[in-house]
Amino acid sequence: MSFYPICAELESFPLDERLAAVTVDDVRRALSSTICSRDDFIALMSPAASSMLEEMAQKASQLTLQNFGRTIHLFTPLYLSNFCTNHCVYCGFNAKNKIPRSQLEVDQLDVEAKAIAATGLKHLLILTGEAPAKASPEYLESCMEVLRKYFPSVSIEIYAMTEDEYARMVKAGVDGLTLYQETYDEALYETLHPRGPKKDFRFRLDAPERGCRAGMRVVNIGALLGLGDWRRDALITAMHADYLMEKYSEVDIAVSLPRMRPHVGEFQPQSIVSDHDMVQFMLALRIYRPRLGITVSTREAPEFRDNILPLGVTKMSAGVSTEVGGHTQNGEKVGQFDISDGRSVDEMCAMLKGHGYQPVFKDWEPIADSYSEDRA
Amino acid sequence: MNSDLFKIGGLELESRLLTGTGKYADDAVIPGVCEASGSQVITVALRRVDFESDTGNVMDCIPKHMQLLPNTSGARTAEEAVRIARLAKAMGCGDWIKIEVISDNKYLLPDGYETAKATEILANEGFVVFPYVNADLYVARSLVDAGAAAVMPLGSPIGTNRGLKTREMVRILIDEIALPIIVDAGIGRPSEACEAMEMGADAVLVNTAIATASDPLMMAKAFGRAVKAGREAYLSGPGARQRQASASSPLTGFLSEG
Amino acid sequence: MVVILNGKEIEVTADLTVLGLLEARGIGTGSVVVEVNREIVPEAAFGETKLNDGDHLEVLRFVGGG
Repeated sequence: MSFYPICAELESFPLDERLAAVTVDDVRRALSSTICSRDDFIALMSPAASSMLEEMAQKASQLTLQNFGRTIHLFTPLYLSNFCTNHCVYCGFNAKNKIPRSQLEVDQLDVEAKAIAATGLKHLLILTGEAPAKASPEYLESCMEVLRKYFPSVSIEIYAMTEDEYARMVKAGVDGLTLYQETYDEALYETLHPRGPKKDFRFRLDAPERGCRAGMRVVNIGALLGLGDWRRDALITAMHADYLMEKYSEVDIAVSLPRMRPHVGEFQPQSIVSDHDMVQFMLALRIYRPRLGITVSTREAPEFRDNILPLGVTKMSAGVSTEVGGHTQNGEKVGQFDISDGRSVDEMCAMLKGHGYQPVFKDWEPIADSYSEDRA
Repeated sequence: MNSDLFKIGGLELESRLLTGTGKYADDAVIPGVCEASGSQVITVALRRVDFESDTGNVMDCIPKHMQLLPNTSGARTAEEAVRIARLAKAMGCGDWIKIEVISDNKYLLPDGYETAKATEILANEGFVVFPYVNADLYVARSLVDAGAAAVMPLGSPIGTNRGLKTREMVRILIDEIALPIIVDAGIGRPSEACEAMEMGADAVLVNTAIATASDPLMMAKAFGRAVKAGREAYLSGPGARQRQASASSPLTGFLSEG
Repeated sequence: MVVILNGKEIEVTADLTVLGLLEARGIGTGSVVVEVNREIVPEAAFGETKLNDGDHLEVLRFVGGG
């Protein structure tokens, strides 16, 4: 079984019609549901709900407080490699883009990792482009040997892998998987990914599920908002999260809300998602599934990130660089996307405390030595 | 024509009220109760024949159209439940069985683990299994895996008539478990049966509240109506409750700036 | 010979069948289920099932229950 049939059904779902038909009463009903249905989520995404944002925010804020307290989980991304064989038209690492390419050697990685760990961060997200020959599972395993020394929690945001490969990552100490479908619109997806392994829509769509089966503790999904019909992508993202939550109830499912931002290259997204729309989506998600993790990255501006603290976000990145080796090396490298919020870890912590939030660095300490069994 | 039939165990039932034959002062009331309540499924227990006395046969009081649901009351383990189930089936009244595995004589709470074990064995033998359990999500999931035809969570302990003490947990089962949820045990009043149905339960089983009422026939009728009312309320969707105005400062004011 | 019927020891004639035992007590065969030494005896076999010394018999029927 796979999410694909549901995805296909949702792609031809008369969403615009349904959104237009939503009344204020429908939205209020969704707000008072103990457990929200798909129709409730649609009601929360509607134009009718768009003018009831404050009411939605009050509910979302209450739910976030009940389920997560006044805490924000902090992490940072570390780009290990920007070699890439894909030609994704919206991405700074597109194989066609003439930018300097590099991949961290293990000793360089150690330097980066140390620097990041010195800021207090304990949760790392490692990223690569799609170049399995270079940034291979073996390479990643050797990186994990280094990173495990510094970080109790490491997630990966890399090319889609098979279940066996994910299992190898889990064995190597990876506990989280982040993978964005970019867009759930299969036809659009084809045009956005003209060449390279990422062209395979279905393989990518099923990857989060493979991650769940392979033993990932956290699986983070999302669509790059603005690439396509963002409301439809938002709906399918929510249903994808639901599918995973129901089937793999032992996995912590989270959703990220990346919005298209400027990057190297000429691609223009189908739409720009406004702040208002972005907030509506976040509120709808929080109300729809109160225990869903919600991640907002440094694509977003500092003021925006500060303002959304009570609205449902649970994880934020800090001290970010999207360049390879960007935490220590002062190169004129090219990042994957432009960062809007360049605040350091200390600055983020100060901001959070100022708003009455506690920054959380560590959620758990791995004591099950599943990754050292082989070495015994 | 009823388009909301209760599809269970290969049957299509008009009534979502299951009833029982226990605790009656006089078994002769049972046919009237079946008619007044509209119930189409009735439980019985299996016991040794008492050769010394002639207490009459409860089967003579059960209308022929009723679907029999024997229970495994008395079983303390899965093994005992399986044995009783096979004996019940050998009576030739069908292959429906309600599994009750209770080794707690203080509260009569069911043993979910043994129940799941018995469910798996009996489902594999072709029984239509109705397991009676606590309203526990993990137990319910194991019953789904074991091949049960439904899940029967208790509203409150047997005979206490305390109503839906487990309502929050039952609500979770209704939302999370793909099998029909039949609330059993503890329903003391028609309003409680109505509430269970309004929450989305597929059916309820009521025995004690009817059998021990001072007027079982009228109580049976009341329960029949209550179950119908609750079901219709559920199907028509609850109205949106007006939220109270909140005095806290605006959370979304920042969106209008700029 | 002695058999244990529903937990009680009773004296019965040798060569007694299940059917014979039920008839002697005025029990209709359609209203009970019978187990001999933990094996269910189908109703059709009541007449042929001979009891032996020391057999454990359970004769059960449906009663009121919830």
